Amino acid sequence: MQHVRTSGPGDQAAALDVAGVSHSYGSKRALNDVSFSIAPTTFTVLLGLNGAGKTTLFSLISHLYDTRRGSIRIFGHDVSRASGEALRRVGIVFQARTLDLDLSVHQNLSYHASLHGIGAGEARQRIAALLDIVDMPGRQHDKARSLSGGQMRRIEIARALLHRPSLLLLDEATVGLDIQSRAGILATIRKLVETEGIGVLWATHLIDEVEDGDHVVVLRQGGLVAKGKVADVVRTSGAGSIRDAFSRLSRIDAAGNAEISP
Amino acid sequence: MSAPAMPEKVAGISAVKFEKFGLRHYLICLKGVVLRECLRFLHQRERFISSLVRPLIWLFIFAAGFRQVLGVSIIPPYKTYVLYEVYITPGLCGMILLFSGMQSSLSMVYDREMGNMRTLLVSPFPRWFLLVSKMLAGVSVSIAQVYAFLIVAWFWGVKAPPIGYLMVLPALFLSGMMLCALGMLLSSMIKQLENFAGIMNFIIFPGYFASPALYPLWRIQEASPLLHKICLANPFTYAVELIRFAFYGQIDWLSLGVVAGCTVLFLAAAIIAYDPSRGLVTRKQDTGGNG
Repeated sequence: MQHVRTSGPGDQAAALDVAGVSHSYGSKRALNDVSFSIAPTTFTVLLGLNGAGKTTLFSLISHLYDTRRGSIRIFGHDVSRASGEALRRVGIVFQARTLDLDLSVHQNLSYHASLHGIGAGEARQRIAALLDIVDMPGRQHDKARSLSGGQMRRIEIARALLHRPSLLLLDEATVGLDIQSRAGILATIRKLVETEGIGVLWATHLIDEVEDGDHVVVLRQGGLVAKGKVADVVRTSGAGSIRDAFSRLSRIDAAGNAEISP
Repeated sequence: MSAPAMPEKVAGISAVKFEKFGLRHYLICLKGVVLRECLRFLHQRERFISSLVRPLIWLFIFAAGFRQVLGVSIIPPYKTYVLYEVYITPGLCGMILLFSGMQSSLSMVYDREMGNMRTLLVSPFPRWFLLVSKMLAGVSVSIAQVYAFLIVAWFWGVKAPPIGYLMVLPALFLSGMMLCALGMLLSSMIKQLENFAGIMNFIIFPGYFASPALYPLWRIQEASPLLHKICLANPFTYAVELIRFAFYGQIDWLSLGVVAGCTVLFLAAAIIAYDPSRGLVTRKQDTGGNG
């Protein structure tokens, strides 16, 4: 994958451009000089074991934390300097469940719509359409508390799409779900890339969610260890498959244990 | 789950051109935040009941028991002797606002731990606007609780001049804003939900008891000059007096000034605390994930 630098906002800008980003929690370094970019209309998998820095990176991209070293741009808009413009173009599904369990599906989604300045009438139409897309038609009035984990995740995906973002970020979106739900959610997101032309950054530690045509970014202990198309990463790592490549890059031994020190 | 095609009406996601946010969009956002807070409150009946029961216990039991013990001389804004129940009613209104403000602080810490706070903070609207909206939402719910209490108190025979019920609204609003802003500031400092017990011990109880909510300041001064000085340094003192005077259609200018000033101070501190580039929240390891 080519690292595309952009000089300012514009249609030709990368969907996401992460340049030289580092972040620490006190003395603990969580990210170290990470650079990569995502072209519009691509499905990019952010691979990394637990603690690799994926969630920290998501927190920086979504401006929950400020980027102190390096820069992050979404379609050319700097997340630190023009966070509003950047955040309007991105939909986010966090790893932790973020639905309000006391409210209905419609109330949860309407709340998100209002946080993007979308009026009630328009929100109602979009909610109905998006519930169809996530295979939960007519479930507007269900209490969030009554939904299964997979159904909640689908609602969160619908919520992330409600304001029509051009870039979708999903942080471990399939964690805790059964195989069928995982496959369904993944298929829906891949379909969105094809039909709607949105860019997707899919963070996971599950290697079986990667397909041959994907782009991958591999993090290890806060550092970027590989990026590019799956075939390129496999070749440059000298492995026979992306699974082997990920194991080598993450230094996982035969028993599945990650080597902690570099 | 299958992957159906995107319907026409939401198709073309990436081709969407965003119009600049105008006043209408800001009002939509504010309405959404307030509505959500009201809905959450309505869905949590226990919270509503407990918010009502707490001041009513003070009114029905404490005040009834102490009316013979504690005499209240004629002090402004009262023009005659008043029953002790009448005297403590403004303080109990303040108590509802105080508990509600701290409750909103608690809910923000909870939301942050559970991840719900993220949905608010990743909105494209300015962070200060989101926090002010959240505060206004909290104050709206608080004021509804106060009026519910006042209705019950009215049936109990504790009545203010009719105009007082209208005049007290701005005082409740401003006092509620001050206490919600304080709660928001505190929520940025509290790392975990478990630490909230400290808020009860160090903020709510001292704030409530070291004020004229239960007894006039002149009585406190007679008992302990030091405690009197502490009461004078307590912003909640001025919130209670602002409410008390407003019930009788009067403005206590000192209280108004202190409450307004503290509101601005606490709000500014809370906005800075939640600012991603400067804030206290940013410095905590609160990634909410394991990646």
